Amino acid sequence: MRELTFMQATLEGLAEEMARDPAIFVLGEGIGKRGGNFNTTAGLYELYGERRLRDTPIAERGFVGLACGAAMTGSRPVVDFMFSDFLLDAFAELVNQIAKMQYMSSGRLKMPILLRGCIGIGHSAATHHSGSYYPLYGHVPGLRVVVPSTPADAKGLLKRALNSFDPVVFLEHRELLTTKGKVPDGEHQVEFGRASIVREGKDVTVVAIAITVRHSLAACEELAQEGLSVEVIDPRTVAPLDVETILASVRKTGRLLIADETLAPFGLGAEIAAQVADLGFDDLDAPIRRLNGSHVPTPYSPPLEAAVIPNSKSIAQAIRELAAE
Amino acid sequence: MLDRNFYRQLYRIRRVEEELVRLYPTDQITSPIHLSIGQEAVSVGVCEALRPSDVVFGTYRSHAYYLAKGGDLRGMIAELYGKATGVAQGKAGSMHLADPDHGVMGASAVVASTIPQAVGYALAMKMRREDRVVVVFFGDGATEEGVFYESLNFAALRSLPILFICENNSYAIHSPLSSRQASPDICRKAEAMGLLAERLETLDIYELYARTCRRVTELRAGRTAPVLIECLCYRWKEHVGPGEDFAAGYRSAGECRAWQQADVLVTVGSRLNAAVRQEIEQSVEEEIREAFAFAQCSPFPAGNELYTDLYA
Repeated sequence: MRELTFMQATLEGLAEEMARDPAIFVLGEGIGKRGGNFNTTAGLYELYGERRLRDTPIAERGFVGLACGAAMTGSRPVVDFMFSDFLLDAFAELVNQIAKMQYMSSGRLKMPILLRGCIGIGHSAATHHSGSYYPLYGHVPGLRVVVPSTPADAKGLLKRALNSFDPVVFLEHRELLTTKGKVPDGEHQVEFGRASIVREGKDVTVVAIAITVRHSLAACEELAQEGLSVEVIDPRTVAPLDVETILASVRKTGRLLIADETLAPFGLGAEIAAQVADLGFDDLDAPIRRLNGSHVPTPYSPPLEAAVIPNSKSIAQAIRELAAE
Repeated sequence: MLDRNFYRQLYRIRRVEEELVRLYPTDQITSPIHLSIGQEAVSVGVCEALRPSDVVFGTYRSHAYYLAKGGDLRGMIAELYGKATGVAQGKAGSMHLADPDHGVMGASAVVASTIPQAVGYALAMKMRREDRVVVVFFGDGATEEGVFYESLNFAALRSLPILFICENNSYAIHSPLSSRQASPDICRKAEAMGLLAERLETLDIYELYARTCRRVTELRAGRTAPVLIECLCYRWKEHVGPGEDFAAGYRSAGECRAWQQADVLVTVGSRLNAAVRQEIEQSVEEEIREAFAFAQCSPFPAGNELYTDLYA
């Protein structure tokens, strides 16, 4: 095991897969010599040149459609969006074309495309550089949606994506990019649809994702001193969603909080709550609670921005209230 | 030989679509159908100049280029009937018709959406140094989409082996080109993006074939920038559906009649002697009869097919 940052871990995963599979190439703005806005391709141009590190014009719909066509030939495009907010400019190509292509061709055309970009609030970049939107992508049949919270998961899931034949939306929380964690040596892949039990506990289950996993763990430390034992589950992939692991935890604790930075209406928490109410109603000792980012475009002003998102304090408070119900 | 091939293809596409018109009122086919009747010669003239290993992308007006490129007829008709034996096992219908085994990479119901896909396919082929070419068919309406320009720019920037075929039939549903574009010269726009561009003012299948042969040879050898050919043509039927729409008021039957009097099918047919023509027609009629019978007696997909092929 080595200590790597989230960013180093995904770069290592991409480099390993590009060395293994010559069909992989990267498309994006500034991903060639520049090495990517977030160092997502640092050093790879020197190894593979512009043939496999293709800087694109500033034309998201065009190059996402292009990735779709390239994938039909068996190539594996990695589309690097810098900020995943820009993927919205190509939403039609993603939803109407890439996600549906395998189904509409009865499996004759595969879509091995990795679309990656930053998400998340917390760097005063206001609303066009802070969007996450994974509930939108999770809504669409045909897509895999990955939202890792640790360097090891980020590497393992990125490598899994590059061995899959499905389109994968891979979302990297900007505030996690420089966080460090242990990453296994050697080959390391993480299956889609397997949640991680990040911390075991018996009183309350918290489902958290991306940055809120860290906030929840911090909250748990505080609550442990108050005698509350909290289990934290990180689904790691929104689609497929591992409901089984969540249900097994609720069977034990009887209480469920979903802590998620993205918007509440029609969101990840709503989906998990609905499924647990359907399949685990008898295990619940209290209503399911959600803690989400405020339902507004992300404001710039730092105090306003901080007020939008859940943090360890607000999560701890939500857990306390739920435990008391 | 060229005359025979052209006639066979043109007659086959025309008669398949006429059968669709005849059978549509029975509601056995519920897919929306966008017929190519009147403008088949664009697909036939272009596809005749291609190799089986070349690929085409297209639009929801998909039947002509699908058949001209060699797409499976039985699989197409079964697809329109929504049957398990269709090329997409009933999931695609007319607007997503594809037969990758024969180089027909797909259609889309969203205007211009296959243009960047065709560019991506060409990019991947060029990266592998394959000497195949990509053709993408689209209508005049697609040249108003932003992604059209994004795609042309990228294709020219990377000198990709791709031929853009604009089937300019003057109307986007009911809106004439002049009401949609301040400067309706599509070739000039393509030239501005760095492509070579040329316009065919009349629907001359021999001229289109000859020009396509020349351009495809140059593209295959990597000797030219990407090319756009604008083909003026005319849709005889309504935008979608089996009927006519002259009562809608956006165009006149007289305007259509001028094109009908210059029907390419008749022109090509007149160059063959009656016996040859009859022989072609008989074999095509038999093939069509067989394809429709196959589709009609094929089973619908089983319920458990609903979730297949959603993921690899």
